[in-house]
Amino acid sequence: MASRDDIKFLSNPKIGQKRKKYCRFKKYGIKYIDYKDPDFLLQFVNEQGKILPRRITGNSLKYQRRVATAIKRARHLAMMPYVADLLK
Amino acid sequence: MRQFEVTFIVDPVLPKDEIQAKANKYVDYLKANDANIVHIDEMGLRQLAYPIKNRNSGIYYCIEFQSELGQVVDGLELTLRRDEELLRFLTVSLDKYGVKYNADKRAGLIGKKKKSDKKADAPVAAAAPKAEKPAEKPAPKAEAKPEPKPEPKAEPKAEAKSADDLKKIEGIGPKIAGLLNDAGILTFADLAGADVEKVKGILADAGSRYAMHDPTTWGQQAQLAADGKWDELKTLQDELQGGKPADSSEEE
Repeated sequence: MASRDDIKFLSNPKIGQKRKKYCRFKKYGIKYIDYKDPDFLLQFVNEQGKILPRRITGNSLKYQRRVATAIKRARHLAMMPYVADLLK
Repeated sequence: MRQFEVTFIVDPVLPKDEIQAKANKYVDYLKANDANIVHIDEMGLRQLAYPIKNRNSGIYYCIEFQSELGQVVDGLELTLRRDEELLRFLTVSLDKYGVKYNADKRAGLIGKKKKSDKKADAPVAAAAPKAEKPAEKPAPKAEAKPEPKPEPKAEPKAEAKSADDLKKIEGIGPKIAGLLNDAGILTFADLAGADVEKVKGILADAGSRYAMHDPTTWGQQAQLAADGKWDELKTLQDELQGGKPADSSEEE
């Protein structure tokens, strides 16, 4: 029979820990987001081409705004789609 | 002096000289209006992400220019708007970071170009006459193989010794190979000679991203590679998982 000590780690205690999100622009000192680089911007949209929220990407507010602007510019220049299916 | 950037897409159906003339027309317009052309980037024919005017591709041009107050932009946009052979255009004013980014990009410092530069260093060095380092000699086989894509660039970095392809070691990718090269570890012999703590230090300096990589077996692998024992290296790598010992008993 399982004693009290065995129940201590019924589930892996490390599973619940989430990796801390961070703003990659702040971390790596990226100051300018190029709207002519669709491959990079693709990291910030979902597969329908929608801009991902901050709570998922972890961007700081300042850089989320700039990412959004860059994506919108890229869309205007037909470098990224406005609507898509299976983008990734 | 403010810096601007205008990107426009020209109809790809036009004859080639007309497309060129179109780009020149706007450059001339800018010059005539006291704008200072910084750079003209012909991005060439690209696929459009969605059709515009029933076209699926377009020829992209990007002109960077400086202007005192930016009054040119109004006139420029008016002519761009009136041009029916343009699919799209976008004028953007650049902040100081944008200016720096574009300058760096032209100098080839940004993104993929950075990597290819680093790679390009190696074949140049390999082409140079064999250096005085005796440590080189046990690895003649490796010399013949390194760098699958020789892209010789005139980067006269005085690296006397030729570099091995460190990526052959399991656990080392292009990123880490670059780090090691920066730290002066260019050949298998170098890596075999460097002790584990030093390599760990290099990885730790490069940031927490590399913390997961475990260099304990790299020295052993590098020794085999340096001696040209590729078959033994292969069997060793089969036992390893992602460059780490499969079970801890293998660790020295």
